[in-house]
Amino acid sequence: MSMTMTQKILAAHAGLEQVNPGQLIEAKLDLVLGNDVTTPPAIKVFEETGAADVFDKSKVALVPDHFTPNKDIKSAEHCAMMRTFAKRFDIDNYYEQGEAEMGIEHVVLPENGLVMPGYAIIGADSHTCTYGALGAFATGVGSTDLACAMAAGQTWFRVPEAINFKLSGQLKPGVTGKDLILHIIGMIGVDGALYQSMEFTGSGVANLPMSDRLTICNMAIEAGGKNGIFPVDQITLDYLKVFAPERYERGDYTVFSADEDASYIRTIEIDLASVPLTVAFPHLPENAKAIGTFGRVDIDQVVIGSCTNGRMEDMRLAADYLKGRKVSKGLRLIVIPGSQRVYRECLREGLIEIFVDAGAVVSAPTCGPCLGGHMGILAAGERCVATTNRNFVGRMGHPKSEVYLAGVPVACASAVKGYVAGPDELL
Amino acid sequence: MNAQGKAFKYGANVDTDVIIPARYLNTADPTELAAHCMEDIDKSFVERVKPGDMIVAGPNFGCGSSREHAPVAIKASGVSCVIAPSFARIFYRNAINMGLAIMECPEAAEAINDGDELVVDFDSGVIKNLTSGSSYQAEPFPEFIKKIIEADGLVGYISKK
Ligand code: SF4
Repeated sequence: MSMTMTQKILAAHAGLEQVNPGQLIEAKLDLVLGNDVTTPPAIKVFEETGAADVFDKSKVALVPDHFTPNKDIKSAEHCAMMRTFAKRFDIDNYYEQGEAEMGIEHVVLPENGLVMPGYAIIGADSHTCTYGALGAFATGVGSTDLACAMAAGQTWFRVPEAINFKLSGQLKPGVTGKDLILHIIGMIGVDGALYQSMEFTGSGVANLPMSDRLTICNMAIEAGGKNGIFPVDQITLDYLKVFAPERYERGDYTVFSADEDASYIRTIEIDLASVPLTVAFPHLPENAKAIGTFGRVDIDQVVIGSCTNGRMEDMRLAADYLKGRKVSKGLRLIVIPGSQRVYRECLREGLIEIFVDAGAVVSAPTCGPCLGGHMGILAAGERCVATTNRNFVGRMGHPKSEVYLAGVPVACASAVKGYVAGPDELL
Repeated sequence: MNAQGKAFKYGANVDTDVIIPARYLNTADPTELAAHCMEDIDKSFVERVKPGDMIVAGPNFGCGSSREHAPVAIKASGVSCVIAPSFARIFYRNAINMGLAIMECPEAAEAINDGDELVVDFDSGVIKNLTSGSSYQAEPFPEFIKKIIEADGLVGYISKK
């Protein structure tokens, strides 16, 4: 029987010729990730398993990013616990605050060359699915899974079925990968891909840069998906040459592609030119509405950043729209470069100055407001347009606050206008 | 293996942010987490819930973050079982690893009303509604999952082996 791209990666890691949907397998892992929220409970479990060491210190990544720089005593203690663990086992990929490679986990792992095509990756963070952009199988798990994987280097999976998103054409100017994924979640719903892979195929893939692919795969979980995945093409290889030169030179990757006759549970064809600028209204990512189809929604805050849209391309796009403009009076604009590398590049290109001149607050890399942790919490009744990935009740603060999810162009236009707006309104 | 208690009924897509809001994630202590369980969807849940009670909800229960704190908070609040037509996949995995019983049963999730008295038999997968007199058949757990739940979670299960 033929297999999808995801199924092929899983079969290879399970040492099997063939896997079938629904099958339970044990698979070897190439990378295991934890953050400052999920690692402390995992450390307790790790101790309980009695493991003497981690399975491979070069294949574990521990990233303090959610409540960092530590927002209070409890988060400081969580981070201290993680730091001690990282030191004790001499973990190669532990990124301390301020270090050149630090930042939000899903921004830094690809940037630091840890994610390669064909890898099988789990992370105790639901947005681990981001790495499918590079042709890897990557999925989120819980802390107990993280602990057992750190000890054993393997875990169990149920082999998923897949939805084929067959893309053609090109996005219209100003429309981004974020609009595409919000549009898709609006179409299929927050459980539209439950337990399934979202595989992106078709001629339109070649027109999506890596930054868009990362954003799209990042939000696969918002449709309930187990993973999102893109085929490996020239864009992928060019990315690796820049961000993972050593592993690329060594050939430390495998290109898997779906069989011609792979069977999908459904195929959804999307002409990229038909994707509108899209905003997800509270309180679910599936409440997608096209710009121009709703009335005026006044807002109090705009956040640009997160693992969804905190990359260099997002910062450059934001600067394009904010240059020479001012944020609406009384509105707070918070810009958070996703990693120290992005931050430094923003400095070099003069983007920080553009943001500050526009009236933005620019923060050190952190998840911060994305999960309602710190650095921009909302009061009751406040509304925020955010380039983040979740708009659940209370996600960015008070349960009576509201989050509107959008791409960078809409976020910038909304910051300047003071209400949810498309970039056309800036002209 | 049986459980008995009252139903707390909720809608579709109950997400991990309402099960345990992120603002409380700077602790991993089950009792502290339980004190805020469901508070953004049902302020009085914590005061009303009694050991053995069950959560009955719509499809895609537990969607959102991978936080294990969610099933931990539910379990520590005394809830014996969550019944829903479907569960978000990471929650499903975490619940089993934490030893929180969950049952996929669309008919039961639909028909049961808030406050109904329920008995669940994990061996047979039968859910009895003592208030209405109806019963429903859910898929019983495979043997290894029953053992994990009896061992209070994956770690207990592994260390027993
Ligand atoms: S930026 Fe937001 S979604 Fe991404 S890892 Fe951090 S908290 Fe999670």
